[in-house]
Amino acid sequence: MGEAVLRRKAWTRPGILPGFGLSLGYTLSYMGLMVALPLLALFVRAFGGGFAAFWRAATAPRVIDSYLLSFGGALIAAATNVVLGSLLAWVLVRYRFPGRRVVDALIDLPFALPTAVTGIALTALLGPGGLLGRPLESLGIKVAFTPLGIGIAMVFIGLPFVVRTVQPVLDDLNAEVEEVAASLGASRRQTFLLVILPTLLPAMLTGFALAFARAVGEYGSIIFIAGNLPHRTEIAPLLIVIKLEQYDYAAAAAIAAAMLIASFAVLLAINGAQRWVCRRSGRI
Amino acid sequence: MYLELRNVDKAFGDFQAVSDVSLAVREGELVALLGPSGSGKTTLLRIIAGLERPDRGQVLIGGTDVAGIGVQYRQIGFVFQHYALFRHMTVAQNVGFGLRVRKPRPSAAAIAAKVHELLHLVQMEGMEHRYPTQLSGGQRQRVALARALAIEPRVLLLDEPFGALDAQVRKELRRWLRRLHDETGITGVFVTHDQEEALEVADRVVVMNTGRIEQVGTPEEIYDEPATPFVYQFLGNVNRLPCRIDRGQATLAGLTLPVPEFSGLSDAPGIAFVRPHDLDLAVGDGDGIPVTVRHVVLMGPSVRIETVDAAGQTLEVEMSRAHWNALALGPGTRARATPRQMRVFPGEA
Repeated sequence: MGEAVLRRKAWTRPGILPGFGLSLGYTLSYMGLMVALPLLALFVRAFGGGFAAFWRAATAPRVIDSYLLSFGGALIAAATNVVLGSLLAWVLVRYRFPGRRVVDALIDLPFALPTAVTGIALTALLGPGGLLGRPLESLGIKVAFTPLGIGIAMVFIGLPFVVRTVQPVLDDLNAEVEEVAASLGASRRQTFLLVILPTLLPAMLTGFALAFARAVGEYGSIIFIAGNLPHRTEIAPLLIVIKLEQYDYAAAAAIAAAMLIASFAVLLAINGAQRWVCRRSGRI
Repeated sequence: MYLELRNVDKAFGDFQAVSDVSLAVREGELVALLGPSGSGKTTLLRIIAGLERPDRGQVLIGGTDVAGIGVQYRQIGFVFQHYALFRHMTVAQNVGFGLRVRKPRPSAAAIAAKVHELLHLVQMEGMEHRYPTQLSGGQRQRVALARALAIEPRVLLLDEPFGALDAQVRKELRRWLRRLHDETGITGVFVTHDQEEALEVADRVVVMNTGRIEQVGTPEEIYDEPATPFVYQFLGNVNRLPCRIDRGQATLAGLTLPVPEFSGLSDAPGIAFVRPHDLDLAVGDGDGIPVTVRHVVLMGPSVRIETVDAAGQTLEVEMSRAHWNALALGPGTRARATPRQMRVFPGEA
């Protein structure tokens, strides 16, 4: 028993907060029940017919094209959001202008809107004969039913994630740090690149990860504007629904499992990048 | 004059932070701006650095008006109260920042050599690769100082340089800053609200109050000959005694003082200022304010005696222990308080 106590000491840090056992137990069972168990069920379903069946379902040409569209689109949309969202956060924090609070409130709208509403709104705007769709079409730019339309929908839903993660960091950024940089001879450009940007980078990466995750999994706001042509504008989540509607549960689970693994890999990579950035700045 | 301010005004909205300040600093001098919070000293420092624009007046450095020169080009070292170190940079990167952004940019080897030299100067060798979060307050302060010195500033400005440090570190750094100044011969201005700090470190002290300069002088002048009632009260302990000024004479209870500078006033109210160590106690008849000893505090070699006069006003007296023992007084006994030095200013108590 003495040995057991010693062994426990090695990985729990002695602290003044009681209830370590209880809180760890709660955390693990909650995570198990709410996250791990459904995922386990998914994998059981996906591999129920053996690995060969899984592989066939998860790597069919139509499915591969949908992965490329979903992940490629989400990465591009998240990258776009990092630039646009950071800029928006900058404007909201640094400038005082009439209507600032309204703009600030509008940012959260993509969070709150039911996805179908977003989808219909975007289609009404950008679809053929839409408010913007018609003039764009006369310029030879087709948005609806193309990957471009999907990208726009993904940018729309991901924007708040970047703004809301970067904004508080910008708020906390000390004006003195910029003043000291200027007094040392740095231009505005140098101050931004060498002082402000590195401070924002971890928050920007978090925003990127969140925006990416949301865009990969997005369904409702995309399918209306996507057109859903196989191999061209068919996103992976839609394909899962199609398989389900055909009662092909095994194939749906296989695609879902493949997406899950890929998403997890991407998020892990972003997390790694974030740790690297933080370590470089002495924040760990 | 190396650094000169001429009739500088600065207001923030309705608040007049600095009003009509003129000041001249010689090359190689270390000047303290001393005053309570809100007296405009930090604003003045920021105006010199170019971080604030004066509403009126001029700032001259080396004889040229710097109004059109932005903070980026003024070549002024500014050390903030909370250091404002770059958190994502190591000590060496912080110190080298001013060189790295310079155009043309010096070679990496030149920057490294300069950084090494400065870290030696501030006694921070071997800490090159630490991040600011891994340093103590005193170490951060020295990194901030080295970073400001890296650009070879024409003037070094320090805002409350020791304000955020504990008493022991503070005392050490104070001496160290004085020595550093003597070694580098840099022209410096620092802001403080701590009179001891100002008197110990600075060549000259500028006392400020409500945006105006009250007095400029050496630490001795400021302490021994305060020019205004404010300076008297701000520096050290002082007794304030109401009196009447009448045609060159100031009258207190039991005492008359010649004040020829106020010979134009007749029967006007005034306040007499006297420091506790400029008061003596005597027994028997003669001149002096009649007082009763109330309380005695022994403070090492000296004694602080609290007395009250006839009007019930407290008068503090400080003297050596030997002198106190010779007087053979104690709580409740009567005596005469006789000032060795006293200043009278007109005005209501």
